[in-house]
Amino acid sequence: MNEKLQQLREQFEQLSVQISDSAALEQMRISFLGKNGSLTNLFKELRTLSAEDKKTAATGINQLKKELEQFIADKSAELAAAEQAAQLANTETYDFTLPSSLTGGSLHPITLVQREVEAIFASMGFTIEDFREIVDDYDNFEAVNIPPHHPARDMQDTYFLDNGQLLKTHTSAAQNSIMRKYGAPLRAVFPGRCFRNEAIDACHENTFFQMEGMMIDENISISNLIYFMKTMLSEVFKRDIQVRLRPGFFPFVEPGFELDISCLICGGEGCPTCKHSGWLELCPCGMIHPNVLEAGGIDSEKYTGFAFGLGLTRLAMMKYGIKDIRILNSGSLKALSQFTAKQ
Amino acid sequence: MLISMNWISDFVDLSGLNIEELIHRFTLSTAEVEEIIHKGEDLSGVVAGRILTIENHPKSKKLHLLTVDGGDKIYDVVCGAPNVREGMIVPFAKEGGRAGGMDIRKATIAGYDSYGMCCSEAELGISADHSGLMELPEDTVVGTDIKKLFPIDDIVFEVDNKSLTNRPDLWGHYGIAREFAALSGRKLRPLTLHDTDAYANLPEVSIDIRDTEHCYRYSSIKVENVTIGVSPVQMRIRLFYCGMRAINLLADLTNYLMLEMGQPMHAFDLRKVDKIEVARFPEPFDFETLDQTTRRIDEDTLMICSSGTPVAVAGIMGGYDSEIADDTTSLLIESANFDGVSVRKSSSRLGLRTDSSMRYEKMLDPEMTVPAIKRYLALLLDICPDAKAISRLTDSYVHRYKSITLDFDKKYVDRYTGIKITNARIVKTLESLGFTVRHERGNFSVDVPSWRATKDVTIKADIIEEITRIYGYDNFEIKTTVSPLFPVRSSQGRVDDTQVKDILCDRFGLHEVHSYIWSDAKKLKEIGIAVEDNTRLVNSINPDQVVLRRSMIPTLLSFAADNRGFAEEFGIFEIGRVSDGLKSDGKCNERKRLGIVLVSRSRSEKQLYLYLKDLLLELTGAIRGCSCTLAHCEATDHDWMHPVNSCDVYLGGKEIGSMYALAPSVAAAFDKKAVAVCAEIDMYTLAEIAPSGGSFTEPSRFPGVDIDLSLLLDEKRLYGEIAEIIEQNRSELLTGYTVIDVYENEQLQGKRVVTVRLFFASPERTLSGEEVSLAAAELLGCLEAKGIMLKK
Repeated sequence: MNEKLQQLREQFEQLSVQISDSAALEQMRISFLGKNGSLTNLFKELRTLSAEDKKTAATGINQLKKELEQFIADKSAELAAAEQAAQLANTETYDFTLPSSLTGGSLHPITLVQREVEAIFASMGFTIEDFREIVDDYDNFEAVNIPPHHPARDMQDTYFLDNGQLLKTHTSAAQNSIMRKYGAPLRAVFPGRCFRNEAIDACHENTFFQMEGMMIDENISISNLIYFMKTMLSEVFKRDIQVRLRPGFFPFVEPGFELDISCLICGGEGCPTCKHSGWLELCPCGMIHPNVLEAGGIDSEKYTGFAFGLGLTRLAMMKYGIKDIRILNSGSLKALSQFTAKQ
Repeated sequence: MLISMNWISDFVDLSGLNIEELIHRFTLSTAEVEEIIHKGEDLSGVVAGRILTIENHPKSKKLHLLTVDGGDKIYDVVCGAPNVREGMIVPFAKEGGRAGGMDIRKATIAGYDSYGMCCSEAELGISADHSGLMELPEDTVVGTDIKKLFPIDDIVFEVDNKSLTNRPDLWGHYGIAREFAALSGRKLRPLTLHDTDAYANLPEVSIDIRDTEHCYRYSSIKVENVTIGVSPVQMRIRLFYCGMRAINLLADLTNYLMLEMGQPMHAFDLRKVDKIEVARFPEPFDFETLDQTTRRIDEDTLMICSSGTPVAVAGIMGGYDSEIADDTTSLLIESANFDGVSVRKSSSRLGLRTDSSMRYEKMLDPEMTVPAIKRYLALLLDICPDAKAISRLTDSYVHRYKSITLDFDKKYVDRYTGIKITNARIVKTLESLGFTVRHERGNFSVDVPSWRATKDVTIKADIIEEITRIYGYDNFEIKTTVSPLFPVRSSQGRVDDTQVKDILCDRFGLHEVHSYIWSDAKKLKEIGIAVEDNTRLVNSINPDQVVLRRSMIPTLLSFAADNRGFAEEFGIFEIGRVSDGLKSDGKCNERKRLGIVLVSRSRSEKQLYLYLKDLLLELTGAIRGCSCTLAHCEATDHDWMHPVNSCDVYLGGKEIGSMYALAPSVAAAFDKKAVAVCAEIDMYTLAEIAPSGGSFTEPSRFPGVDIDLSLLLDEKRLYGEIAEIIEQNRSELLTGYTVIDVYENEQLQGKRVVTVRLFFASPERTLSGEEVSLAAAELLGCLEAKGIMLKK
């Protein structure tokens, strides 16, 4: 028995150095540990031995069996790792540097800027309102204190329609309707498309976007107007913006202002962009004229308010560095499809 | 408008102040200054020089060789001026000086050395006259610096005219001086006026205002024995610096007065005009204005006449015939006030906008006409003491302005401005601007001066502006409001706009564009679309862009055609406005519409059409929880729609739009190698449809059973019929169904095999094969009854 065991051990040691693939390993397992394996058979022979010999022999056989099993497990793992490595060596490297085959859409730059400004106002409690593009004389002129003989009406830059209506020349045309809809107190911004009958070039468009805002309450002051404009514009340009007011005349406000912001290029030092003044003229604003409040059904003795008009088209051009305004209404996808990012 | 600080200093002492800073304040408190020009900066080393000797240049007919006494020494000068004369005193730029934009250096001209330059007025920068040397008076001390002789050094600034639109008082130096006085806290000096009381017994000027609606006031005086023809240098410099050309003393004085007081004046030759009528004419006629242009005068244009002969267009321009001539010695002066609107309209009809009409448009102070004449006389008599009034100062004041008093209290100021300002400061500010203020313990009553009362300051909010602009907006404390907070809810329409744009862009890769609200006839013709009749623009400058669009699609198709080479396949969309005809009240039926156009070179029209259908189903499903349904369009609304492949789109029981392929003629014109399909959704109607869904159904815990039915659909019959039959005969056990295959081939001869998969399940138990078969068989029975058979 001992001899047989010794023989098997030698056999195992001999084979173990020869095995190089999993098939040979399996072959080896079957030849030793299979149903008719040599080691299995040795176990069967134990029955023929005396109790004492049986014990000694069994210890030896078990010892060999353990070693065999350990070897097979180790070798099996080793072979699997080697096979995997061989497989990986032959694996294709996917060419992730190829351009995207997905074609994403784009939003118009005006939409992007409009959303950004709307979000700022929404966060400050302003309602966002929509308004028509085709309006009446009343909305565009009379309700905002532009009386029948005012020069603004003579101007050829209003598109009049043959049914007596007109294309709104400014977002202020919505003021009256919005005041009537909500009454005071009121905080609202209303973006919209406006029209001026003029020749188009790189700096002029007959169709452009503005965003108007109003805030009406019992004690709204010029001081509040400056605060809101400064805060809002600092949010829009994402930096601390200095603002200054100059007197400006617009029939729907009293007092009316031209609002300048510190030059975005030079920060106020003076550069060609701001004509060396350090300031950029950005938007008209003012305290809502009492006649406009009254026309909107709001008691001008009790309430005051401010209004401002922001050129969304101009803002979009500033933000994206668009030099030619005509691109915006060109429908040219070479230009417009670039606006894929939502921020 | 150009403003001379020398002129301003006649009326307010600004000595010791930084003038540039003051001008900057003026921008922040009054009106925008566009440019500051330092006059005389480019002129130095110019003195009064006497020409001692003149010799002709041996080789040049034009050049002369001069010796000039410059006060310090005698200079050799080569000079080309035609009017040189021995003994003449001229401005002389010495070697080392600067004039005419040049450094004066020793130069050799045509073989002779020259050590200086004799100057014309143009070379001094004080007029445009470069016809010859400027001649200085005989008694000028040789060697005196020219800047000591004349006020050449000046700071001139240009104010943006637009920012003066509502300030009639700022159209002359005196009004601007009042602002500077208020801004600097210094006193405004009164104008020196000539006392005309002595003329009270002279005959009056005959003035007959026949149109009292448009002529408010006409003041006049007659003067004779004006013997001087040329204005003094100082006056000419001011006119030139302020952008006017000197003509002759009488005309220059009217311009000078206009620039000083803002009151337009006119001087008529008394030989042609000795009485005045102000009237309109019943018939149009031709009239030659003093710019020697014949103009058609219509019946709405106010005219100044003399004994029935028109002599001037009121407030705009005088007539050529009655103009001051070189030999004029007696004149009739007009200082009048007209209705601003009528002057503006006449000037616009005539296409003639003058310095005078520009001022009248602003509604000038009617109280200014008489002082202006008194000022004119003061200046005239100063220059020409022999001149003599031969009439009394006659004033016909037929239309008085409405004087305005405004009452307000301190609380109003505090509330409106948000600043802390004392009552005393309010009073001081308003008084410095010419307001009369009565004040008692925070209650104010303010009389508006005539020069602000014609349109500018009419309500108490206008007073706020006066107080705050002088206070300085840069001195304001910046404060947030104290207001209650309210939740802000977006309207359905706005939420829809945002979601639709995001879905189309993010999920379907479409590009947003903006197109015009009108149809462009020329561009539409290129794609075979004729402009549909609709509301028109009455004053478009482009004859192709006149008619408002009824639909978004043509403008978008036109863009799609422009983008032909952009990609194999692309889609564009826009949410914009159309005018869908007129409403019953005659107003435009403005609708907010979503337009979509898909273009492909790789897919067939059918594939693209069905993809667009999927897109609309997904879109409506995403924003309303329920997909739209489509129905074949019985009659197409527009010529460019395909007669067969056009569908109406329904959601929540309402028609919300349409989807279609292009009519063959349009498709051919659009692009022979690409196909396009379109959809248009009415966003207003969409906003009215409430969202559905949102509730949750627990999926059955028991296994379900799927049954596939392959159905034979006859030619021209649509799957929709199958779906409808299933819906109508739906058993409780049927949890859903879908199409898993559509098969067509030539052998089927137009028929299609549609494989429908039916899902059966119960929330309570596992279904038996038998009951499922039974349910499927029942459905099949219904289908067969409508002629839809199982494919064998």
